[in-house]
Amino acid sequence: MQHVVIGAGPSGVIAAETLRKLQPKASVTLVGDEPEAPYSRMAIPYFLVKQIAEQGTHLRKTADHFAKREIKVLQKRVEGLDRAARQLTLAGGDKLAYDNLLIATGSRPVSPPIPGIDLPGVTSCWTLADARRIAATAKPGARVVLMGAGFIGCIILEALAKSGATLTVVEMEGRMVPRMMNDTAGNMIKDWCQEHGVTVHTSTKVNAIEKHGNALRVVLNSGATVDVDLVVSATGVRPNIELVKDSGIATDQGILVNRQMQTNDPSIFAAGDVAQGIDFSTGEYSVQAIQPTAADHGQLAARNMAGQKGALHRGCVNMNVLDTLGLISSSFGLWMGKAGGDSAELLNRERYRYLNLQFEDDVLVGATSLGLTQHVGVLRGLIQTKTRLGAWKDKLVADPTRIMEAYLASTQAVGFNAGVLK
Amino acid sequence: MLKALQLEPEKCTGCLQCEMACSFENEGVFNPSKSRIKVFNFHDEGRFAPYTCSQCAEAWCMHACPVEAIVINPKTGAKDVLESVCVGCKVCTIACPFGTVNYNADTGKVAKCDLCGGDPACASACPTGAITYVDAEHTGLERMRAHAAQSIPKA
Amino acid sequence: MAWQRKLLRVDLTAGTCRAEPLNMEWALKYIGQRGLATKYLCEEIDPKVDALSPGNKMIMATGPLTGTMAATGGRYSVITKSPFTGAIACSNSGGFIGAEMKAAGWDMVIFEGKSPKPVYLLLENDNAQLLSAEGLWGKSVWETDDIIHTTHQDPLLRVACVGRSAEEGCLYAGVVNDKHRAAGRSGVGTVMASKNLKAVAIRGTLGVGGVRDFKAFMNAAAVGKKVLKDNAVTGIGLPTMGTQVLMNVINEVGAMPTRNMREVQFEGAAKISAEAMHEPRESDGKPNLVTNAACFGCTIACGRISTIDPQHYTISNKPEYRGASGGLEYEAAWALGCDTGVDDLDALTYANFLCNEDGFDPISFGSTVAAAMELFDIGAITTKDTGGIEMRFGSAEALTKAAELVATGVGFGKDLGLGSKRLTAKYGHPDLSMTVKGQEFPAYDPRGIQGMGLTYATSNRGACHLRSYTVSSEIMGVPVKTDPLSTEGKPELVKAFQDATAAVDSTGLCVFTTFAWTLADIAPQVDAACEGGWTPETMLEAGERIWNLERQFNLDAGLTAADDTLPKRLLKDAAKTGPAKGQVNRLHEMLPQYYEIRGWTADGRPTADTLKRLDV
Repeated sequence: MQHVVIGAGPSGVIAAETLRKLQPKASVTLVGDEPEAPYSRMAIPYFLVKQIAEQGTHLRKTADHFAKREIKVLQKRVEGLDRAARQLTLAGGDKLAYDNLLIATGSRPVSPPIPGIDLPGVTSCWTLADARRIAATAKPGARVVLMGAGFIGCIILEALAKSGATLTVVEMEGRMVPRMMNDTAGNMIKDWCQEHGVTVHTSTKVNAIEKHGNALRVVLNSGATVDVDLVVSATGVRPNIELVKDSGIATDQGILVNRQMQTNDPSIFAAGDVAQGIDFSTGEYSVQAIQPTAADHGQLAARNMAGQKGALHRGCVNMNVLDTLGLISSSFGLWMGKAGGDSAELLNRERYRYLNLQFEDDVLVGATSLGLTQHVGVLRGLIQTKTRLGAWKDKLVADPTRIMEAYLASTQAVGFNAGVLK
Repeated sequence: MLKALQLEPEKCTGCLQCEMACSFENEGVFNPSKSRIKVFNFHDEGRFAPYTCSQCAEAWCMHACPVEAIVINPKTGAKDVLESVCVGCKVCTIACPFGTVNYNADTGKVAKCDLCGGDPACASACPTGAITYVDAEHTGLERMRAHAAQSIPKA
Repeated sequence: MAWQRKLLRVDLTAGTCRAEPLNMEWALKYIGQRGLATKYLCEEIDPKVDALSPGNKMIMATGPLTGTMAATGGRYSVITKSPFTGAIACSNSGGFIGAEMKAAGWDMVIFEGKSPKPVYLLLENDNAQLLSAEGLWGKSVWETDDIIHTTHQDPLLRVACVGRSAEEGCLYAGVVNDKHRAAGRSGVGTVMASKNLKAVAIRGTLGVGGVRDFKAFMNAAAVGKKVLKDNAVTGIGLPTMGTQVLMNVINEVGAMPTRNMREVQFEGAAKISAEAMHEPRESDGKPNLVTNAACFGCTIACGRISTIDPQHYTISNKPEYRGASGGLEYEAAWALGCDTGVDDLDALTYANFLCNEDGFDPISFGSTVAAAMELFDIGAITTKDTGGIEMRFGSAEALTKAAELVATGVGFGKDLGLGSKRLTAKYGHPDLSMTVKGQEFPAYDPRGIQGMGLTYATSNRGACHLRSYTVSSEIMGVPVKTDPLSTEGKPELVKAFQDATAAVDSTGLCVFTTFAWTLADIAPQVDAACEGGWTPETMLEAGERIWNLERQFNLDAGLTAADDTLPKRLLKDAAKTGPAKGQVNRLHEMLPQYYEIRGWTADGRPTADTLKRLDV
């Protein structure tokens, strides 16, 4: 059996390892197109602020990790897919045959159609190579515009601010992290950033980027301009589906998969940012592009590729956690609520504390938090187990901070002190 | 044979000796706020529940970690956080459906129960036997584990 | 140096908070908590100050073992001048807030002045802020606790606050922390409210380090825990029965003050005892007791968590009282029950809940109700005075109604909130007040336990069992059995207990450990944690120093030897039943000798030599 995995991000690496574990004798090949050891984009911000060296971003820490597991790693771009021959064409013309193929090619930043977006000094922040470029420019005193305050924008935001650069953030939508945070939370993050010396423009577009002497001039739709040394573009990502274009593999936003992570070609699977898998909360197929989903997808795809029965995807809970200059935020599932459901909310603007719970009947379906670091994962647990909260729902409505007690009381036997009572 | 922490809330009086022991073992000071085991107080019901990581087989935290900072300790079976590798991205804190991995802003890392390398300080400190370190096959534990396994559908 | 070596000074008048180094020279002499805070108070206020004026100060203080792994190391005390007694007040509480203050990096907080508007202190590690409490004023302890938690979205904030009784001027209002633990006696909550300080909310994440010798400390603490576990009282009696284990015991020895101390045995004791709290009730088959519960770090866990019978008249229309909360401890059960002649366990539990909910001392409250019942019995007050309440001995309805009125300071509740001394004086029968220095007695009749008579008469904060619990020796034989009906050796016993207790109260440990521990068990823990070379002897000496310092404060405040006495009833009216039948308290046989062995003059003043010897 020949398993080939395209993409050396978290999903691909976990899939390759899982395949090896399940099928000790099969051939497993991991193909990636970056000239690096497999690394994590999640770790890039920490590399940018020099908290870790490049090695610290690596998904696996030992040089012989893959060799020891007899996982063949190829640093080549895959340029062609021949489904009939079950064969890939690699850059340079080499062919690579497969019995089962996993496409875990991830996503890449979109380049907004703005005049000047291709100027030197304008970069995305997606790869280690991007990170090295940014680190070289974003020094104390440098002026930087960050286009886009989505999840990716915000994880870089912290790194850029910490580097000592003078930072201006421009976000099209009316709040920060609009796809992760509601109005209240998104605007509190904005206030927080401004309090911490970052200029934030929401509901603002960049009309153009112009060369201005040795610097760049960013022209906003308000007419204002900002002169900077560096523009970092983080206006969203899109799945890397070019490989399957015209191959007959069904795609929508990403590659369509069934509950076995299988495409419409039974020998081809997809996982991670490129795959349009089931969302736990909506039951619909969508691209989530988050680390835990990539990990889950990779593992599940591998189990199906290895022929395990009953390894069905029940859907990933969409969730994110973000640290914006020390303000920690998270959101889970249907954080925006569900029609016909109800909610509980606690807000303390001065202290930047926020907790919003969304229910359907007595089941938690979504949550948003600011400033919560203890037991936050239990929000996922409550959502994913569809735990019926019963009487605890009203207690949570009265005091949403009691999530952990609600979870324990609803799922564990919490007894009396039998020691003193006969 | 692997051992595991058995938590019996019905024996807990809420004294927090376990939290002090845990923080002393791991932080060198008595500091319940940094304890990896927590006692939850159900004030209106007069109940207490000690709770910490069950070292679940699914290891959600470990699989979610982007930099391999959470590894299985071969001796104890615990999922250990390697502080030197952890970058503090907090993905594991939202991935753990039991809420037992927490971010520590003072260190910029996450922390979770590591069974103290095989001699859990909380179990030694518990005055009522509400926390014990027992063979993983023990019946009472099975109930707890079975629950943990069933409650979260596999991805 | 398990001290954090830092105190917070909060000037409520100016609205400022600032840190100061702890005076370590004093700490080495007065240990911490009760002793050290008393030293600060003595140095900083005029003992003659009006206790409810801005010139009084209020100190919340921990001990060096507070917040450590020593068993019961979670205590803190509130030290101030009492508006109730005019003497020094030092009320000790468990729960969790003491350890939280310590973990936030503070040994004590000194409140001075008076805020122009209601405020509460939010203390998160080094961050201290006074926040508006205008929305909290008029709220009960329980509501205040809940509101502060949801406002700050932190379930682990620990809150100490005053209830409505304190706001309304009840003179025996306490400071309640963690909803049902209280620095309950002597009106320390009344002082807090007089400063417009509604609450103190603390979150500490720094922890307690700096133990002098960690290894020795962990060993000493472990040895101590084993002693507690192996002892019948601390290992079995207290966790199973709570302090209520005493109800039947004390009744049997004929030292159960009953119906305002007219009698010494209560026929209804069994119905309100620990055993009764274990009995399933008819309505829902559940016992009154839900569980025992520990304070921070406590391996004894004597605390009671109870529920009221949901069908009981007190709460049948009040579902908000159906949850579990702090249940009856022995002193409360006695004051609310035996002393008023009420044997309805649920009524007592309800009254106890109200004491917690609105922060007033169940001992002083119960005894004051008892005095009112006697006034009513002899016709000195009528329903005209009580607002229609039939204040009859044995009436549960009268008791629970009185609790509701004191909680909110309404109607006759205003009179009851003054305590029995002022109440009985107002209605012309001051002899019916069962108090010393204006503070009510707890649950041991000194006619049946002679040493307790001297204990009450000489207690620096007015009648109190927790200043020298000679019951331990006279009834339980700890550390040695003495005859409760004899006065022989009692002055020495009382002095020894007073000094040792003053030391224990200054460490951060709970005095209940002394059912099993002596200073020989405690000193090694203190010594391993703190510099200063602590031995049982030096601790006892520190205790004596503290006792004399408190005494000096009282004398300077205007109290005299004439205040070291007991109500006439206990000195003149003999016990009618039981083993102590025919006995009165023979204080006169003990007091002069007590003064002498204390190194005090015949009129109860420490001599210059004594003060010098102790370096007060």
